[in-house]
Amino acid sequence: MSDMIQITIDGREIEAQPSQTILEAAQNKGVYIPRLCYMKGLIPHGSCRICTVMVNGRPQSACTTPVAPGQVVENNTDKLMALRKNIIEMLFVEGNHYCMYCEKSGNCELQALAYRFGIAAPKYPYLFPQRDVDASHRDVLIDRNRCILCGRCVRSSRDVDGKHVFEFVGRGPEKRVAINAEAKLSDTNLEVRDAAVEACPVGAILKKRVGYAVPVGQRMYDHEPIGSDVEAGAAK
Amino acid sequence: MVSMKNGLKRIAIEPVTRVEGHGKVTILLDEKNEVQQARLHIVEFRGFERFIQGRPFWEVPVLVQRLCGICPVSHHLAAAKAMDIIVGGENLTPTAEKMRRLMHYGQFFQSHALHFFHLCSPDLLFGFDADVAIRNVIGVAAKFPDLAVQGVMMRKYGQEVILRTAGKKIHGTGAIPGGINKNLSNEERDFLLKDIDQMVKWSRGALKIAKDYTVENLDKVKDFGSFESNHFGFVRSDGAMDLYHGGLRAVTATGETIFDHVDYREYLDYIVEEVKPWSYMKFPFIKSIGPENGWYRVGPLPRVNICDFIDTPEAEEARKEFMAVTDGKPNNITMAYHWTRMIELLHAIEKIKELLHDPDLQGNDLVVTGERRGEAVGLIEAPRGTLFHHYKVDENDQVTMANLIVSTTNNNEPMNRAVSKVARDHLSGVEITEGLLNHVEVAIRAYDPCLSCATHAMGQMPLIIELVDHSGNVINRKAKGCKLPEEQ
Repeated sequence: MSDMIQITIDGREIEAQPSQTILEAAQNKGVYIPRLCYMKGLIPHGSCRICTVMVNGRPQSACTTPVAPGQVVENNTDKLMALRKNIIEMLFVEGNHYCMYCEKSGNCELQALAYRFGIAAPKYPYLFPQRDVDASHRDVLIDRNRCILCGRCVRSSRDVDGKHVFEFVGRGPEKRVAINAEAKLSDTNLEVRDAAVEACPVGAILKKRVGYAVPVGQRMYDHEPIGSDVEAGAAK
Repeated sequence: MVSMKNGLKRIAIEPVTRVEGHGKVTILLDEKNEVQQARLHIVEFRGFERFIQGRPFWEVPVLVQRLCGICPVSHHLAAAKAMDIIVGGENLTPTAEKMRRLMHYGQFFQSHALHFFHLCSPDLLFGFDADVAIRNVIGVAAKFPDLAVQGVMMRKYGQEVILRTAGKKIHGTGAIPGGINKNLSNEERDFLLKDIDQMVKWSRGALKIAKDYTVENLDKVKDFGSFESNHFGFVRSDGAMDLYHGGLRAVTATGETIFDHVDYREYLDYIVEEVKPWSYMKFPFIKSIGPENGWYRVGPLPRVNICDFIDTPEAEEARKEFMAVTDGKPNNITMAYHWTRMIELLHAIEKIKELLHDPDLQGNDLVVTGERRGEAVGLIEAPRGTLFHHYKVDENDQVTMANLIVSTTNNNEPMNRAVSKVARDHLSGVEITEGLLNHVEVAIRAYDPCLSCATHAMGQMPLIIELVDHSGNVINRKAKGCKLPEEQ
């Protein structure tokens, strides 16, 4: 097709539609670009920087950068992989992530990325922040110890659910996901079937009383690393 | 560490070796080297009861089992039994209860095998005061390679059972409030059946070693760290040994009933915990008798003592043989723990075999729930004895209170009695050697304590033993599993 755009990713010729981002174009051709804050169906956020690629020699977030004719994209390089690994390690120490008993273990994108990047233990000192748990809602809880500020809940609630239940407040180390209510999650119009509840990549927003219903061995990332579905060409 | 206190010489065995967790023993000697006092101190603190407050209740069975790496299944199941009550699902489906039981027997099998072959066998095979260089698991492997392999393979088998019921060999997620998250597939069943007969055979062999040792050395062991005590545990409604569920039974040293078939949810009416300033481990006692005489023993010895029968044939035969030694009365010999532990090992593998042939394990009805409740107690007979978990959960599903009385805590006073008795019998007025100090540890090991669990703590197990004369001079100092301070 004449209106398709040609780019290269790690030297491989990729044909992309003009409306696509680099991440989408790569994904369509079975090239996995690691990501956390990206979620299909949501407006890209570009905040986690895990999907950073070199575009014509400059670092760009692949989830927000549209394809353009002749782009030379570097993805799987030592330098970029080291950068991503560092970001993941910093995310772990910035919150309180205890995978050993977290019910999201095996289904957690952050944990799965750590395994994919071979992170056995963080090299940075833990910050052990004081964060709270809001379990006031009948069917949903938010455990901010595990929040990585990806904003998927914020965007899902706003753009998919049309509710604005979540929003960021604060800056820098004080930044956190707030509830759009006077006090508690129970004061919002959040419902358990909302897209915002499904959007959390970690164990911060959880459906109550589900826990460990899926046995070890049947969880999403128990057998194949995160991104394997993309590389197998299965994902759309 | 050794020091002088009120004119007494103080010997510290710190930490105690070949047990789970950190502990130390202090022995005070007077000028004539007579033992004045001997205590087992638990010196770690972890505070699980506090930091699970605020966590959602369904997380607790997975979280709280991190107390321990040796018998996490016990904590997993005790917490799950409590959470069953919270969700109104205590009447489990047959598949759920049998899967949990299978997990539990797998746990018993691996834990008892670990203790017998890895931790205590060096003392039994080489002697309490044998050369410390060979009196260890490596020494066992060198001189008795077949036994060492059996120990490893039996532990492995138990772990394989746990893997297929809990999802992981250590710290699995199988038991969930109101049930279980998986059944046993035909492939998993067939895998476990493959080696079952070998495991039964090796269990018979281990039982024979423990029995023969006790019978052949009865004169030596009958008074070793021994004393009369109450015996505590739970039994099935028909009086059978049941390691997963039952009513509380306590008997005196001579077998008189103190209470029987008590609903364990009312344990606070029967058991009180006392705090002493020199240990992080509490001292429970039977309320109606009081702290002076109300302390009791838990674990394999009391369980065999208090039950009316065992519902697997070979273990029942073994129980009868054991009870015949004391004419059917409770056996109060501390070293008899080893024999009874191996009776339970055989019982556990017989139960595993029985369960593997039960088609209920392939059922698909896994979880039940009912009326939501705010408070619950879950008890289980862990390998080391009765384990209590007690929780309160608020309307937001968050834990507001947790109280754990672990097996080793129940055995706190008995272990101190054993330490004291051995110290007085073997260390008074003689030149104290490493071998003699090991006698103290042998008495502790008989109880198979898990000191990590007892204080809800974890860690390494270095040991430094120092011997100081009455003037406070260090006569001798030995280190096990760590460096002496001057070497660091």
